[in-house]
Formats: sequence, structure tokens, C-alpha cells
Amino acid sequence: MPFGLLKYALSKQYPGERHFPARKELRPSYDVVIVGGGGHGLAAAYYLARDWNITNVAVLDKGYLAGGNTARNTAIIRSNYLTPEGVRFYDESVRLYRDLANEFDYNLMYSERGHFTLAHTDAAMRTARWRAEVNKHLGVRSELVYPDEIARICPQLNMSRDVRYPILGALYHYPGAIARHDAVAWGYARGAHRRGVEIHTHTEVTGFDVDNGRVSAVRTNRGTIKCGKVLQAVAGMTSVVAGMAGFKLPIRTIPLQACVTEPVKPFLDPIIVSGSLHVYVSQSARGELVMGGSVDPYSLYNTRSTLDFKEELIMHMLELFPFIGRMRMLRQWAGMADMTPDFSPVMGETPVQNYYIDAGWGTWGFKATPVCGKRMAETVATGKVPDLIAPFALERFYGFAQVGEKGAASVGH
Amino acid sequence: MKIMKCPMNGPRNISEFVWGGEVREMPDPTAASDHEWAEYVFIENNTKGVVREWWMHAPTSYWFIAERNTETDEIVRTYPATELYNSRREFK
Ligand SMILES: Cc1cc2nc3c(=O)[nH]c(=O)nc-3n(C[C@H](O)[C@H](O)[C@H](O)COP(=O)(O)OP(=O)(O)OC[C@H]3O[C@@H](n4cnc5c(N)ncnc54)[C@H](O)[C@@H]3O)c2cc1C
Repeated sequence: MPFGLLKYALSKQYPGERHFPARKELRPSYDVVIVGGGGHGLAAAYYLARDWNITNVAVLDKGYLAGGNTARNTAIIRSNYLTPEGVRFYDESVRLYRDLANEFDYNLMYSERGHFTLAHTDAAMRTARWRAEVNKHLGVRSELVYPDEIARICPQLNMSRDVRYPILGALYHYPGAIARHDAVAWGYARGAHRRGVEIHTHTEVTGFDVDNGRVSAVRTNRGTIKCGKVLQAVAGMTSVVAGMAGFKLPIRTIPLQACVTEPVKPFLDPIIVSGSLHVYVSQSARGELVMGGSVDPYSLYNTRSTLDFKEELIMHMLELFPFIGRMRMLRQWAGMADMTPDFSPVMGETPVQNYYIDAGWGTWGFKATPVCGKRMAETVATGKVPDLIAPFALERFYGFAQVGEKGAASVGH
Repeated sequence: MKIMKCPMNGPRNISEFVWGGEVREMPDPTAASDHEWAEYVFIENNTKGVVREWWMHAPTSYWFIAERNTETDEIVRTYPATELYNSRREFK
């Protein structure tokens, strides 16, 4: 067997493929400059080229490709949100995700597991019922389930009533899935590159030229480039980059931490979230338990890990799965989440003309990568904001018209 | 464990404290336009660097001011709010 593998590796019939070419010189000007080469920026570049034939595009990232939150998230994809605006939007993303591996001819390891949001209080039961009804109304498969059904689908869960927070029920969302996050970004990058988009890593944006309220050039550590339009998609650095263009946002940068255990044989199929216990967990294809919770208690532009986070997380995990007590933690990390007050994103126009924003993705933006890329590309290409994303405009805060998703997004990402 | 120095209770574990956000001037609620008020309520400086913030020691409900570096996670200085506010604010 190892020899067979070696033969395959050395065979000329299966040449290794280089996904992206080595970095070239920057051109003096582009029709569209995308700041941020995470999943969102790359997806927007892909759809600009595929749907709108706009290929004179550069994606700039200050680090390596998709090394920000795209590389750090826990890869949960779902559409069981609370508001009709949210459910409609995330549902389009789930639909796009399902076809994506085929479209890319690239294995995204998209895996539908089912997704439980456990309820331990009457208030949580009420929110679960509410979400189930809004979801069903919009054609999204979510149900309120009770302990006997939970125990049947996920017998690993501790259903004892002799714990601090017994499980009273759950919102069960059938299409809940996980996917390989790096592959999503690489798939978009390869597709964009093949259609003519340039991807420039290690290229940091340091400022913008704005004439009469209109963006005209992007300054970088590799020189200044003229641009027709700019799309900003920089997650945790949103306020810093928007500040270079001269406007402010309703966003705070707060770390979100996560960790994995050592890998074990598959035993946990569904994704489990508990709002009251502030934890969520899934088992990766590699066998690791991927775990996390809510954001840190205060803002920070830093990706350090803390003991407080792990203590609280593990304390609650042991209540749900007492038998994992002897498993070892393998890795821990953090990303910088761009948090909005209503737990919904900020997408669309900004006070600067021809300058578009895709931000406020906080702890929930991986699942939105396809829909956001597609709809932001449409916005940039046509200059018109599609109905689907109009409710998420920056303007909503000035009209006190927030899209409140805290009940659906603060713990389960 | 990260330690924060409470001006009233001395050094305590950071988990005993609640973050209250940046210290900002509140516009006059009766005179401010909706736009100004929305800006005050929602829009953030989200500064990368040293910021001046409200913090509370939860077990004693004591609010005070902290200067903190949001890049390095260092607490530069903590002090009672009376250093900044020396008179009571009335709301009509
Ligand atoms: C621990 C964790 C768990 C999460 N779990 C989930 C989940 O389960 N499900 C879910 O849907 N979402 C989840 N999220 C959220 C999700 O990861 C993000 O919302 C999403 O990845 C954002 O993608 P992005 O492309 O906008 O940002 P990023 O991937 O962060 O990309 C932004 C890029 O901008 C670049 N950049 C910044 N400043 C500059 C500059 N000046 N010049 C050039 N480039 C710059 C950065 O280098 C970075 O690569 C999680 C996040 C974290 C941190």
C-alpha cells in the first residue's frame, strides 16, 4: 500500500497542481480592488469574474492567503436564524454551498450533520419555538424537539435531570453542516485566478486616496494603485481600514477563541450548541472535537488564548459529555471577530462613493461566504444593492432598524 | 489568570470585572438629532491602541475608569471616575 501511494505521487500522469501563480508586480490600475483575501474577498472576486465578466480585479491581503478568520473558524453552516431577513439570506448561502464542491471540482468535505441548539430554560424553549416557526415559514427545515427525540438522535448527550442545567428540548435544524474552511477559500481563489483575477498576498493596504468623496486609489506597502471601485472585507481589521477611508462603523473587535481535542474514532454525528452553557461542539472528519463558545468579555486586537476561556468551556462540556473527561486538548487559537450590536453583518454602500463594505461578520460569517461573495459582486458590478442584502445596510443604525439576531448567533456560530 | 487592579478593592481576577466600553461624551438627549443620538449609541471608535474605558467590579457593583492597550492586552492604569467627573449629572 505505501508503495502504491508513492508510485501515484511520482507518476507523471497525476502531476501536482499549483493552485495560484507566484506573486507578480502590481499593475498601476484595476477596475476593482478587493481589500482582504479571506473567504469573503475571494468569493466576491470569483463571482465578479464568473457572473459579471469583470476580471481586471486585484485581491490584496497583508498576510498569506485566507489566514484570518477564514482559517480559524469552526466551520458551522446553517440557516436557522431568527429574523425573516436573516433566514432568507443564510438559506441562499446553504443552497450555494451544496453545489460548490461540484462547481469547483474540489472536495470541500461538506458534511450535513444536523444541528441541535439545546434549551435548558423556558426562555430558551420559547426562542427555539420562535425560530422553528420562522424557519418553517420560509421553507427551512427546523423543528422543536423534546428530550426523548434528542436522546434517540444523539444518545451520547447526557440527558440526566440531575445536573445544573437539564436539557428541556432543542431546536433541531436538519441541514446544519460543516465544511473544510481552507478548501472553500482555495476553491474560490483558484476559480477567480483561472478567470483572470490577480491575487496579491503579503500586500498591506495602508491608505486610500479619496477625491470629492469618491475613492480613486489604494495605497499599499508595494506602491499606490488606481482603482475604479473598492470592496473592503477585512473582518477584525474593519474599523482600522474603514478609518483609512474616513468613516466609522458600529463595530467592536473582540477575540473569539476555539480549541480541538486529540482525534478519536467517530462517535458524534450532529453539531451540538448550548446557548445557556455557552458552548458548541462538533466532531471533525479527522476525529477531533472542535469546541468553542461566545466571544471574550472585552475588545482586543490580539489572538492570544486564555485559561478562563478553557476552564469555562470544559466545565460545561463535561456536563453535556461526562465521558470526554480524559481526552486531551490538542490545539487552541483565536480570531478577531468584528462584532455588531445586533449580531447581523454590515453590507453594501458606505459614505465614500465607489467604496463598498462587507463587514460585521463577527463569529458567524463563514457560512455566509458564498452568498455574500455573490451578492457583493452584484452590488459592485451594478452599483445597485440587491433586495436580499438591503436590510443589512450601514444606514440601518441611523434609522434604528437593526436586524436582531443575538438569540440565534451569540453562541452557536 | 489576568489581574486587574480595582481602585476600591485592589488587585482581583479579571473574571470579576465587567467591560463597559469606551468613555465618551453623551450628547444632550433632548437636544441631539436622531442622527447624533444613533451615532452615540451605535458607532464605535474601536481604537487599536490605548483606550479609556468604563469597567465595573461586579461583586461590589463599583464602576471606575481603566486605560487599556487593545493591541497588547495591557492594563495601563485604573482610577476612580471622580478623576474625570467631579459633579453629578442630572437628566431632565
Ligand atoms: C474561532 C472562530 C470560530 C468561528 N466559527 C464560525 C462558524 O462556526 N460558522 C461561521 O459561519 N462563522 C464562524 N466564524 C466567523 C468567520 O470565521 C468569519 O466571519 C469569516 O471567516 C470572515 O471571513 P472574511 O473573509 O471576511 O475575513 P478573514 O478570513 O479574516 O479575512 C480578512 C483578511 O483581511 C486581511 N487584512 C486585514 N487588514 C488588511 C490590510 N490593511 N491590507 C490587506 N489585507 C488586510 C487579513 O490578513 C485577512 O486575511 C468563526 C470565527 C472564529 C474566529
